[in-house]
Amino acid sequence: MQLVLEKRAERSNTIALVSPLIAIGLTLVTMSILFAILGKNPVSALAAYFIAPLTDSYSLQEIAVKATPLVMIAIGLSLCYLANAWNIGAEGQFLIGAVAGSWLAVKTQGTGAGPWVLPVMLLLGAAAGALYALIPALCKVKFGASEILTSLMLVYVADLFLDYLVRGPWRDPAGFNFPTTAEFDPVATVPILIEGGRLHLGAIIALVVVAAGAVLLGKTIKGFEIRVVGAAPRAARFGGFNSNQLVLLTFAISGALAGMAGIIEVAGPVGHLQPGISPGYGFTAIIVAFLGRLNPVGILIAGLFLALTFIGGEQAQIAMKIPLDVTKVFQGILLFYVLACDSLILYRFRLIFASRQVA
Amino acid sequence: MELIEAIILAVLAASTPLLLAATGELVTERAGVLNLGVEGMMIVGAACGFGGAWLTGSIIIGALCGIVAGTLLSLVFALMTLGLAVNQVATGLALTILGIGLSGLIGAGFVGERITPAPHLHLPVLTDIPLVGRILFGEDAFVYLSLALVVAVWLFLYRTRAGLVLRAVGDNHVSAHALGYPVLKIRMFAVMFGGACAGLAGAYLPLAYTPFFIPGMTAGRGWIALALVVFASWRPGRLVVGAYLFGAVTILQLHAQGWGVGIPSQFMSALPYLATVIVLVLISRARTGGSTAPAALGTVFVPDR
Repeated sequence: MQLVLEKRAERSNTIALVSPLIAIGLTLVTMSILFAILGKNPVSALAAYFIAPLTDSYSLQEIAVKATPLVMIAIGLSLCYLANAWNIGAEGQFLIGAVAGSWLAVKTQGTGAGPWVLPVMLLLGAAAGALYALIPALCKVKFGASEILTSLMLVYVADLFLDYLVRGPWRDPAGFNFPTTAEFDPVATVPILIEGGRLHLGAIIALVVVAAGAVLLGKTIKGFEIRVVGAAPRAARFGGFNSNQLVLLTFAISGALAGMAGIIEVAGPVGHLQPGISPGYGFTAIIVAFLGRLNPVGILIAGLFLALTFIGGEQAQIAMKIPLDVTKVFQGILLFYVLACDSLILYRFRLIFASRQVA
Repeated sequence: MELIEAIILAVLAASTPLLLAATGELVTERAGVLNLGVEGMMIVGAACGFGGAWLTGSIIIGALCGIVAGTLLSLVFALMTLGLAVNQVATGLALTILGIGLSGLIGAGFVGERITPAPHLHLPVLTDIPLVGRILFGEDAFVYLSLALVVAVWLFLYRTRAGLVLRAVGDNHVSAHALGYPVLKIRMFAVMFGGACAGLAGAYLPLAYTPFFIPGMTAGRGWIALALVVFASWRPGRLVVGAYLFGAVTILQLHAQGWGVGIPSQFMSALPYLATVIVLVLISRARTGGSTAPAALGTVFVPDR
């Protein structure tokens, strides 16, 4: 008797729909076991993670705030992954976008500049993120260098560059030597949507990005080309699609979105540039993209769900002294289960009872 | 002279984890599997290796803990990519994300603790030869082990039948399958070897390089090891050159920071990462005539029944 994997005649649409749910279910079971090993009551730990944050308006707003960068970055990444271009350096593009936008905020500080500052900051962030993402894309297209490795290496470079700026030239003279710029002026700050709350304009921008992503993929020729190049490279070649150009395009779009997410984060919830502005948004967004099945609406839902794990993780740490690293373990396990369950869309298991014929 | 000797010793120490991890990954990739989770397996290896050594006081047990941890994680990867035919790139990323979280969880108990680092070889007379004595005969056991491993892998790949089969599986899994070789089983062993090496490489950091554990202490070394395999054109001999070159860049930038060269320290710290990008570009560019990568690298294989 033997358990073998075999290709389905057709992709299973039922499994395609329920697989993220199965993955989340399996993750919750695994996490319960992990909580039990850590000596915590699994039921109350899961409640602290997934239910407590949904019960008060502060946490609900905070989930939307955390989901904003995740969704923006993941939409861009999904375009890359659909086109079979592996941008895993979104974290670096996020940081460079934050740096580029902050440059204007630092330069115009206290000069009484008008309300043009914020829009220009956002554009600068997007442009810098796109340019930064084009480095690995060009290295791939021109020289054939693995975009996976180069885009990741540039994350470390961006991190160190930001660190240099806030410890060196851009450090707030009145900041008691902390590595941070001064608080941005109000004209350089993303407006809050609800008086006294934390929800900011970035959430609306993220929704616009989701809509734009859906239109691009569903209604335009470019979106069609992106999907074909990834799913059927040979067909794409026969169709005359330029796959190099699509690598550059998807990297540029995802870099721009990550960069804009970076400057929105800095000019919004954080309010100044400092090291550690991202708890790994660029990497978590990879999980969001896959959990959302590289589909814009799916990504929106997945982004909210992973934002919930960030907030839940913080609350579980405060309430039950559960280490913050559990959140990362959770996210990693979730990605494993999502990928494993997705495999069952194209393949199925079959038990073979007869003795196997040697090939 | 003292300084040059000290620098060379430091370069060898900094290169060893890169060489260990890259050697393992090279075997994995020669079998046609791209495991991007090296960083994750390394960081868990570091946490488990330190934990083992700290609890038992034995460097050897620590190293074994690292190896076991790396192997177990690689088995998860094998189950996903070989058993379930999942995309190898995505699974590797998942492994790294999971590894970083796990290592933080495992290592939380002994952050701030110290151990006695792995002893260095000391042979009477030989080690005391000026200049070359300590470099040739005064290293810790891992340095010699890493070099022996490269030789062993070279012998295995090019001088044994099993090595030939492994390379065949990596170059054309359909033909290898048709000839009756168990493609998935061979790949599983290759992935496990890669995991064991990555775990050992991670364990080297707290056991010999710095005698304590800090979260995230691998700092991208797993990714650099992946780049080294490309740099080496999937050949074990060239790995040694690449690993020592990168070790040298790492150590020289550290020394340059110490000498107070007028360049901000962050720019110097970024050098190894920038060097990786530049090297990848140069190597990939030089290879326009045809790729030397295993032909089936990164592709899933589901046998026909």
